[in-house]
Amino acid sequence: MSFDDAYQALTDHDDDARWAYGTGFADPLAGVPTALPDGVDHADLAAYCLMIGDDALIMSHRLQQWVTRAPELEDEMAIANIGLDLLGQARLLLTRAGEAEGGGRGEDDLAYLRDPQDFRHVRLAERADADFAHLVARLLVFATWRLALLDRLSASGDPVLAAIGAKGVKEVAYHRDYAAGWVVRLGDGTELSHRRMQAAVDAVWPLIGELFEAHPVELRLVGVAVDPSLLRAEFDGVLAEVLRVATLHAPGPGAGPGPSSAGDSSAGDGSAGDGPVRGRDGFHTDELGEILDEMQGLARATPGGVW
Amino acid sequence: MTAAQVAAGVTDPELPFLTLAELGILREVRETGDGVEVTITPTYSGCPAMDAIRADLLRALHRAGFERAQVRTLLAPAWTTDWISEEGRAKLAAAGIAPPGPAPRRAAGGPVPLTLGIRDEPVDCPLCGAGETERLAAFGATACRELRRCRACREPFEHVKEI
Repeated sequence: MSFDDAYQALTDHDDDARWAYGTGFADPLAGVPTALPDGVDHADLAAYCLMIGDDALIMSHRLQQWVTRAPELEDEMAIANIGLDLLGQARLLLTRAGEAEGGGRGEDDLAYLRDPQDFRHVRLAERADADFAHLVARLLVFATWRLALLDRLSASGDPVLAAIGAKGVKEVAYHRDYAAGWVVRLGDGTELSHRRMQAAVDAVWPLIGELFEAHPVELRLVGVAVDPSLLRAEFDGVLAEVLRVATLHAPGPGAGPGPSSAGDSSAGDGSAGDGPVRGRDGFHTDELGEILDEMQGLARATPGGVW
Repeated sequence: MTAAQVAAGVTDPELPFLTLAELGILREVRETGDGVEVTITPTYSGCPAMDAIRADLLRALHRAGFERAQVRTLLAPAWTTDWISEEGRAKLAAAGIAPPGPAPRRAAGGPVPLTLGIRDEPVDCPLCGAGETERLAAFGATACRELRRCRACREPFEHVKEI
């Protein structure tokens, strides 16, 4: 062994390796073959990588906001770990988006220097959590949807997306189990925890419809992207099982943007403005501005800063 | 020493008693006319140690006289705990960390099964050897570990999660 203490080695001043914070890390696809698959529109591929990368990035940031606020230390570690997994997925996907775009933008440029209307995540990712029950309800929905998505992405015609998908499945399976465990514990708990868990399920429900509306970019990338409308059956089955065990119920019809708006979207020609307002087209709530103020503030104030 | 021997001896920053080879993330070491090419696979997408691991590999190779070296990242196939060697498992246990059991296998074509907390395979206590242990938290100090407690000796311990 060439050194005795790995931590000592990390603090050597003759290298650039750092553990956390700042910009300018070695990009997470360093040393990965970056060729783009044949016959794929590069702009579409870049847009798609941003969509599912932004989902992970913004969800990760919301999870990070729970650090120091979770009810128990074990849950704090769980939430931080889930946020870290998603941040890792986001770094890979944003780097891939930059490669496909071909304009020289890297993960830092895309994470720190885009404005709200240029983010492409679903609105579910940016919703603030009113309490812990809201968090686990939102995480259950997010992880169940993303697990089904990443599982299919592992068969993508883009080898980098396929690898990210296969890797992410192992991680998000744990995220879903964690969230489902808490939904059951609170739902099938005391009268008070049941009532608050049901309120959280009711609150997240209107955000679900958007997850399964195929975007024109997703439909054009046949064999590369995943058509989210194909995930609905698996999602519904998992949610129904968790809610049943948790003694909770799905809100009735009319609780959210129902099938009519989704139908309009898939029947339209895909131009922005025809379908429902949604995050995939860059339409976000004011909450995203607050997230970006916090996430981007330091990087924008000190361009290229490392610390 | 060959470049492969040097690379295989580099340790993991989070588990410094374990080498990258024993952990199963060192996939290939090739000596070509252009120098040494080392291929590694990340354990988790967000593993913050990857930068340090790359730097440690290059530093060890440079110190051993391999001036031209580069580290490639291989994303697929994804790392699995099944790649942790027998020596690696013994070292984990000796350090008080329960080694992983076999990684879960899925029925071909089906969705990832929902477990609702029943994915709690028996894990032996690395401290007293008792088989009666319980999960305290599915996420531990690093992405790859969970926290458990022995019902016999009451000691908490970490367990490398099967993925």
